Amino acid sequence: MIQDNTTPKPPQWASWLLKKFCAPHLLEEIEQDLEELYETRIETVGIKQARYRYVQDVVSLLRPFILKRKPSLYPSLTLFDMITNYFKISLRQLLRNKVYSFINIGGLCVGMAVAMLIGLWVNDELSFNQYHQNYDHIIQVLENEELDGGIETFSSLPMPLSHTLRTDYKSDFKYVVATTWHWEKVISYGDQKLTMTGRFAEAGFPEMITLHMYAGSPAALTDPSSVLISQSLAYTLFGESDPIDKMITLGNQYTLQIKGVYEDLPRNSTFHGMDFIAPIEILFPGKEAMNNWQSSSFQILGQLQPNSNLAAVSAKITDVLYQHNQDRAKPSLFLHPMHKWHLYAFKNGIYEGGRIEYVYLFSLIGGFVLLLACINFMNLSTARSQKRAREVGIRKAIGSLRRQLINQFLSESVLVAFFAFVLSLLLLQLVLPPFNDLADKEIRVVWTDAYFWIAGICFTLLTGLLAGSYPALYLSSFNPVKVLKGTFGVGERAAIPRKILVVVQFTVSVSLIISTLLVYTQIEFAKNRPIGYNREGLVNMPISTPEMEERYEAIRNELSASGAVAEIALSSSSITEVSSSANNLDWQGKDPNRQALFGTVLVTPDFGKVVGWKIKEGRDFSRAFSTDSLAFLLNEAAVKLTGLKNPVGETIRWHDKNWKVIGVVKDMVMESPYEPVRPIVFFINNRERMFNSIHIKLNPSLSSRGALSNIERVMKKHNLASSFEYRFADLEYAKKFAAEERIGTLAAFFATLAIFISCLGLFGLASYTAEQRRKEIGIRKVLGASVFNVWALLSKDFVGLVMFSILIASPLAYYFIDNWLEKYEYRTPVSLWIFVAAGFAALAITLITVSFQALKAALMNPVRSLRNE
Amino acid sequence: MKGTYLGEFEEVVLLAVALRYGEAYGAAIVGELEKQMNRSVNLGAVHSALNRLQEKGLVTSVMGGVSPERGGRRKRLYQVTPAGSAALREIHQLRNQMWDLIPKIALP
Repeated sequence: MIQDNTTPKPPQWASWLLKKFCAPHLLEEIEQDLEELYETRIETVGIKQARYRYVQDVVSLLRPFILKRKPSLYPSLTLFDMITNYFKISLRQLLRNKVYSFINIGGLCVGMAVAMLIGLWVNDELSFNQYHQNYDHIIQVLENEELDGGIETFSSLPMPLSHTLRTDYKSDFKYVVATTWHWEKVISYGDQKLTMTGRFAEAGFPEMITLHMYAGSPAALTDPSSVLISQSLAYTLFGESDPIDKMITLGNQYTLQIKGVYEDLPRNSTFHGMDFIAPIEILFPGKEAMNNWQSSSFQILGQLQPNSNLAAVSAKITDVLYQHNQDRAKPSLFLHPMHKWHLYAFKNGIYEGGRIEYVYLFSLIGGFVLLLACINFMNLSTARSQKRAREVGIRKAIGSLRRQLINQFLSESVLVAFFAFVLSLLLLQLVLPPFNDLADKEIRVVWTDAYFWIAGICFTLLTGLLAGSYPALYLSSFNPVKVLKGTFGVGERAAIPRKILVVVQFTVSVSLIISTLLVYTQIEFAKNRPIGYNREGLVNMPISTPEMEERYEAIRNELSASGAVAEIALSSSSITEVSSSANNLDWQGKDPNRQALFGTVLVTPDFGKVVGWKIKEGRDFSRAFSTDSLAFLLNEAAVKLTGLKNPVGETIRWHDKNWKVIGVVKDMVMESPYEPVRPIVFFINNRERMFNSIHIKLNPSLSSRGALSNIERVMKKHNLASSFEYRFADLEYAKKFAAEERIGTLAAFFATLAIFISCLGLFGLASYTAEQRRKEIGIRKVLGASVFNVWALLSKDFVGLVMFSILIASPLAYYFIDNWLEKYEYRTPVSLWIFVAAGFAALAITLITVSFQALKAALMNPVRSLRNE
Repeated sequence: MKGTYLGEFEEVVLLAVALRYGEAYGAAIVGELEKQMNRSVNLGAVHSALNRLQEKGLVTSVMGGVSPERGGRRKRLYQVTPAGSAALREIHQLRNQMWDLIPKIALP
């Protein structure tokens, strides 16, 4: 391209490059030099060389002094300068209005802390089991079975299933292992005896869940005389000395050699609290027991091959159990992936509900609480609009663009959010320990985690922008002419969005209060459910060694003689659970197509007297009748299930024997207090030793402490003191409410915060209104208004808004809580008083908050507000 | 502190400024140096040297007027300051003094 006829232009890209990097104040002279040199060189060395030298010169100019801008010479406002300016002004605004700043920053701080807390909680829930490296491929084999029209999901499966899957489906599974649940066992080493929980598992289990070994090898589990123990157990037993190859005894039965020590499993793992892993083979002295397809008492876990597909493998193995055991009603197997173990539950054979609902619920609450705080910011900013109107007017008059004003207001909100963020980090650190107790978690903030900070900064920016969006748009929209002429007024209409926002806030708060109250009434309702037995002084001791069972008669006699106990009995499960069941009972008139599942509880004849059950018909077990070894007691639910009109005297066939029904007991709540009582048959059988609990009714005339020390003395005498562990039935029963109580406490915690934030906002608004109407109040007082009149004047609006919120919140909360109650069979009716109580509470809190400001305004001397008029 | 130490290249640039009295700007200095030293000189090196000389207070500069034939761009004209001329003189004197002291026999 030729500009004038004589000289062709130098390379344009080089000139462009120069313009890009050269400081503006140096550009002119340098371009001049370059051009002159270029022209002279065309004449002396030719155009090609001149162009080459031109480029060379430009490159040679890439030096620091050329790049350095000279601000004093050419002052230009970069983005950075503007932002500095925005923040400077924002800071001054904040310092000038300390009360509003405090409310804004304080509210946002609480909101952000709650949001972060919930974020951490949700993160913890979602990352459950991620400790295990093969997280994506680990599965559990479960079984669906049709029972009484519904589908029940079982996790107890027969032992040989794992072997079958392992050999017949080699290409699909990398590992398949059978394991027990966490079992309590007494571990002894020398004189030390400790009750610990752990598992019996097949070889491959430690590798599959990727235990982190401190010493030894996970492969040692193939040796049936070896055991792996956790680091904390190793430390308790051996302190600093080396535990490897030491011999320990498990449950006074198995002597095993320690072959490995692994890192304790974290709280957010399914396998948390597993202190030992022993080979499962030692539970089966004879090999036949391992091939028993009839009894289901193990978990089958597995790991899929990297390329196999969960659904496809699930479909392949569906019938495996049925092929080996046709007694059962067409059981179908399927795989349950590890990432769903913690969060999802089954209902009717499909995924439904579970903890994931709480994850959603809490995320929603966290979002709402943060929103409440943002609303406070919006409301206060727009409420103060009249004060800032003049500033906006002047800025616009001297040439500010609307965009720039929006930026300014947004910087202000981001600054507030930033302060709030810093404070909320402190608050977070402060509330984490009590929150962990409350939520039964071990959540920590990893301060060195870059992701945490990146997420935190993004979160702050988002919060700042969200809180500032509406005020920025609103405040920047003022017409400068009107503002500066003085005809600007914030009319009735400007307050409407603010009113809507207050209603939103209180709707959320009131809904949370109502929900909390309902959760607590539900818990109370279930707690007050008649349980059908007497918990008073009832103590349960788990049988953790075979000696306890063998010496039972001697122990029983001595305890009765000591006077510490009123009654004593054994059973196959504690009073708060039913651990075995059977579906092979047959009786006259049974529908052959129906599957009927009964809980089966083995007891000694005194069991009824110990727990204090009520016999409705017939009689209790008795040592006087030797025929009672083939007798059944049914509970009411079992009678209903069998459909027998006169159950006493009927015969029921079970395991090829005829069992005679001798009585009916009133239903006892042994399992979930929220579920209907399931059909149970009780029987006594002295020949089979399958007991796992000793039940003791303490002598009511003795203090329980005295009685227990007596019992301990007897146990010690039988050399069983080390495993002397007891549980009060009423405390055990109370544990069944832990999950619901946790939800209730968390809901109460969030409801309190929500109402706190809402009130903070209301407080700010009320103080603002009072200040705005200072003169009006002064005049009213001069003209004879009473303090009450003024108070009513200022409170009326807010009370109206809150009442409106209550009206909206009630059906909303009802809808949600009704959904929640749905999952409990035994549930409280939703009564009206809860809504009334929540409404009154909200109104009272509102009035207290507003009255503080209203009274301050009403009590003020009118002279002071009117003096300057 | 940079001091008044002069590098070799700075010295020849300073000499060129003095040489082109009243007409000393970037391109002219490049031309002068190329003529005198018979080698190609980079504009960047020259500007960098001029900048350093100015920081040391050995040259001053003013923006020259607009010359119509140059498309309206101005030149920055450099001039040796008294400190600059003193430095040059000192170097010159030092060189002469050393030159005089060299025994005749040392330079065959």
